[in-house]
Amino acid sequence: MAMDSGAPQRSFTLGMLLYDTRYRSYTIQIFALILLMLGAAWLVDNTIRNLAALGKDFSFDFLWSTSGYDISQRPIEYDSTYTHGRAAIVGLLNTLILAVMACATATVIGVIAGVLRLSKNWIVAKLMTIYVETFRNVPVLIWIIVVSAVMSESMPAPRDFRGDTPAASMVFDAVAITNRGVYVPGPLFDNSLGSFNFLGVQPSLDIIAVIAVIALSIWANVLLLRHAAKVQNATGIRPKTWWKSILILLAPITILLFALGFHLDYPELRGFNFQGGIQMRNSLLAMWLGLSIYTGAFIAEIVRAGILAINKGQTEAAFALGVQPSKTMRLVILPQALRVIVPPLISQYLNITKNTSLGLAVGYMDLRSTLGGITINQTGRELEGMMLMMLIYLVVSLAISTAMNIYNNRVRLKER
Amino acid sequence: MKQSVFLGTLAAAAVAGSFASATTLEDVQAAGTLNCGVSTGVNGFSAPDANGVWQGFDVAVCRAVAAAVLGDPMAVNFVPTTGQTRFTALASGEIDLLARNTTWTFSRDVDLGFTFVGVNYYDGQGFMVPRELGVSSATELDGATVCIQTGTTTELNLADYFRVNNMSYEPVPIETNAEAQQQYLAGACDVYTTDASGLAATRASFETPGDHVILPEIISKEPLGPLVRQGDDQWADINRWVLNALIAAEELGVTSANLEQMAAGTDNPEINRLLGTEGDLGAMLGLSSEFARNAIAAGGNYGEIFAATIGEATPIGLARGLNAQWTQGGLIYAPPFR
Repeated sequence: MAMDSGAPQRSFTLGMLLYDTRYRSYTIQIFALILLMLGAAWLVDNTIRNLAALGKDFSFDFLWSTSGYDISQRPIEYDSTYTHGRAAIVGLLNTLILAVMACATATVIGVIAGVLRLSKNWIVAKLMTIYVETFRNVPVLIWIIVVSAVMSESMPAPRDFRGDTPAASMVFDAVAITNRGVYVPGPLFDNSLGSFNFLGVQPSLDIIAVIAVIALSIWANVLLLRHAAKVQNATGIRPKTWWKSILILLAPITILLFALGFHLDYPELRGFNFQGGIQMRNSLLAMWLGLSIYTGAFIAEIVRAGILAINKGQTEAAFALGVQPSKTMRLVILPQALRVIVPPLISQYLNITKNTSLGLAVGYMDLRSTLGGITINQTGRELEGMMLMMLIYLVVSLAISTAMNIYNNRVRLKER
Repeated sequence: MKQSVFLGTLAAAAVAGSFASATTLEDVQAAGTLNCGVSTGVNGFSAPDANGVWQGFDVAVCRAVAAAVLGDPMAVNFVPTTGQTRFTALASGEIDLLARNTTWTFSRDVDLGFTFVGVNYYDGQGFMVPRELGVSSATELDGATVCIQTGTTTELNLADYFRVNNMSYEPVPIETNAEAQQQYLAGACDVYTTDASGLAATRASFETPGDHVILPEIISKEPLGPLVRQGDDQWADINRWVLNALIAAEELGVTSANLEQMAAGTDNPEINRLLGTEGDLGAMLGLSSEFARNAIAAGGNYGEIFAATIGEATPIGLARGLNAQWTQGGLIYAPPFR
């Protein structure tokens, strides 16, 4: 214990907090933290004081009061006698429906445009360059409004379909393109299984049965292909699977649809509008197309960057082994390129999800238009509504981010 | 991350809420201009003319208040607001007065924390349809597509009306009157619904107004009036009595033409009190004794404003109807200046 370190012992002084490099960084960090907390406290205090000055309280009770307004696009049962909370859920579902649709099409558009931009065909490559540069350099809101305006101004009104010599007619007698949206045939089941009540939502058992059967068929097909691969590895001969695949994929669903009495419900002009079938409203189409083509341009660049990041030697090696160009892209280049593509793709998906809030501009009833728009306006609960809306967007975005990160971990390079 | 979002909200709320230092009257007088919230453009009520000067029935209220408080009817900074932004703009202090054909309702008055200073137009919600549809009554509208402005009482009345009459409809929510007009003319909706006065104003701006009919049903009561923030009674009183002064001036026969002559003194003590030649009503409000005189000089009395902006001689062509003076069988009535 009586060891002398050799260095002179100096007692701790306050000045060392500022001049001694061992303590200085702590001093600065603690000081910054205190400032941040003081700032937060001031904001909270200011908010409370101002709410008090306005005579307002802070409460989420409005979510349980009757909303009194109607929503055009309703994925679940809703009318003006339901609550503001239910209206917010309808809005959230509309947001999610739009986000999923736009993410899917943007990815398809982006991958095709990105690959084609690298094409050796000069015209194709230049056309894709024009697409990318035009669409990503104009604000997305403008594209949305352009689509919306084109739809409502240049498509025929439903009343143009009336009469013996109508000014407009349906495509294949099945699809009606009007200035209020596109009406497509919808599924109907004669021997319906009915529906059940799940947390106030009534999902149709028919749809669930169809989805379950399709999922099971695909799973069975995957098992079959795995078995074929195993046989191929063991014996060198791949057993013929195509007719088994077709049978497994198509037979069960055909039998189910026949048993349920499936037929298509064609849209038909009755009264002011087309009735029957499924209506894709103008607002949905404008948002969907606008977001897809805009974000597709960004994804095209991400895909192109991902492909260019793969060393040219990989392609040359594949060609040297006699692999066809299309298989080279599918089996050699893209699996490696995905590692580069997926992380920036996540942020594009998040962008799409957040950009759905532009729906208000064309009257798409998403979360922003219901909870953040009409509900706030009718109840005067700006602070509560905005905070709740931000929290919901945050949770949705984090969920997408988590799911995509899990996928990214699966495709990334496994280093040992 | 969650916390920073939370703080951001609070910051926004705090910035928006940082008023309540001086009284609104002192703030307005110090600034030298009145911030008045109006619509984004409804002909006859509030819209800029060819020279960019705001004109209209609601605009006249702003000008009268500016004239009474600042002595200059042009010292108004007009802030266009939509149905969705108007209340936030008023609550946050961005505007001092909202004159934007806003319906006086219980929850807006009590829960949202505003004070309606009176009614300058008694209205009701109506429907407009193209003549070629052949619809003659709102009860024939089952299944129709209806354009509505979001964030308004019309949205709620519409839901109630179709529900009570057991009809279905397809709402097309729209932010401003101009967008609604474009959608309606393009045929993206069969029906446009808003206050009947707004329908008349919108129809007047069409190329062929005769091709559109306003259905006879009026489905709601819509008392439209200017409003201010709750909590500053002096400012609410000023706005209330400026509006009353315009109404009383019509009843007492004070017009912009005979104002100077009347202000020199008359045999009628109520006119003298109104115009400040007798008593000190202005001082009680914290204004000059000539506040009502300035307000009337800005655009004339209530009847003159009505006739010049939305009356039968204008393209909008609204009859006085409920908005005639109480002496003429209407509902327009000012309490006594005493």
